[in-house]
Amino acid sequence: MISRLITSALFAGAAAGLIAALLQLVFVQPVLLHAELYESGQLIHFGADSVSAHPELGGLDLMRDGLSVVFSMLLYTGYALILLPLMSFAEQRGQSLDGRNGLIWGAIGFLVIQFAAGFSLAPEVPGVAAADVGARQLWWFGTVASAGIAAALIAFTRSWATWVGAAVLLLAPHLIGAPEPDTFAGTVPPEIAALFAARAFGVALVGWSLLGAFAAYFWRTSGVTVSAPQPSKA
Amino acid sequence: MNQNHTLAEPAITSQTNGVAALLLSVVFGFGVIFAVGLAQADALHDAAHDVRHANGFPCH
Repeated sequence: MISRLITSALFAGAAAGLIAALLQLVFVQPVLLHAELYESGQLIHFGADSVSAHPELGGLDLMRDGLSVVFSMLLYTGYALILLPLMSFAEQRGQSLDGRNGLIWGAIGFLVIQFAAGFSLAPEVPGVAAADVGARQLWWFGTVASAGIAAALIAFTRSWATWVGAAVLLLAPHLIGAPEPDTFAGTVPPEIAALFAARAFGVALVGWSLLGAFAAYFWRTSGVTVSAPQPSKA
Repeated sequence: MNQNHTLAEPAITSQTNGVAALLLSVVFGFGVIFAVGLAQADALHDAAHDVRHANGFPCH
């Protein structure tokens, strides 16, 4: 059981993480590099001179971008290690599982891990003002945990009371509020920060949807190979 | 009846193994996500920097 979980998670995480990393390098990385020019002071927003919105950003950095690919694959494997046991649990309770509804599982994973926290703590580009990192991580973790419980309540229970509880869990972190900076001292133009947040969400939605589909697919196919030899022995 | 009992036992054992495997996988998953997304060690932070930003983790 555990080896089947880990193998499926590795395959699904590596595949989805690789695709997410390539999308990240094409769509997110240029925005990030652009922001870093402002973070480092090479470009100055509202300085004496007007600044071109299309600076030279440099090409592929093998070391840096290679590490991004490796860590993206690792991260998605971590996601899959949590997603797959939940899928398996639902399957044991009689829900069918295939690549198609795996897409929905993945999209819900995106909502729980990325969007729930990002609703108040938007994906931040380097060089924007932000509160203390420890406080933000704590809030991030609490929000993801409560969104995860809420998603489980919505998916696996059939009573209005638990659904209302789920709504409370979804709303509470945002009503309490995410840690915010005291002053807006960020150096990066808002156009870049907004594009970064939108791109990060878009890439994550694709990555997560694929992760769900791949995880369900590899889980099913590994189940077939495990159970196939049994009838022939009998 | 007796036969039913002897048949039921392995099923229960495999089910508890199953739950243990599910929980173990979740623990591994949290470990990996913590290392990639949240741990503040400098080497990890620098190597995973772009991935953390792109995936919405609070970074620095």
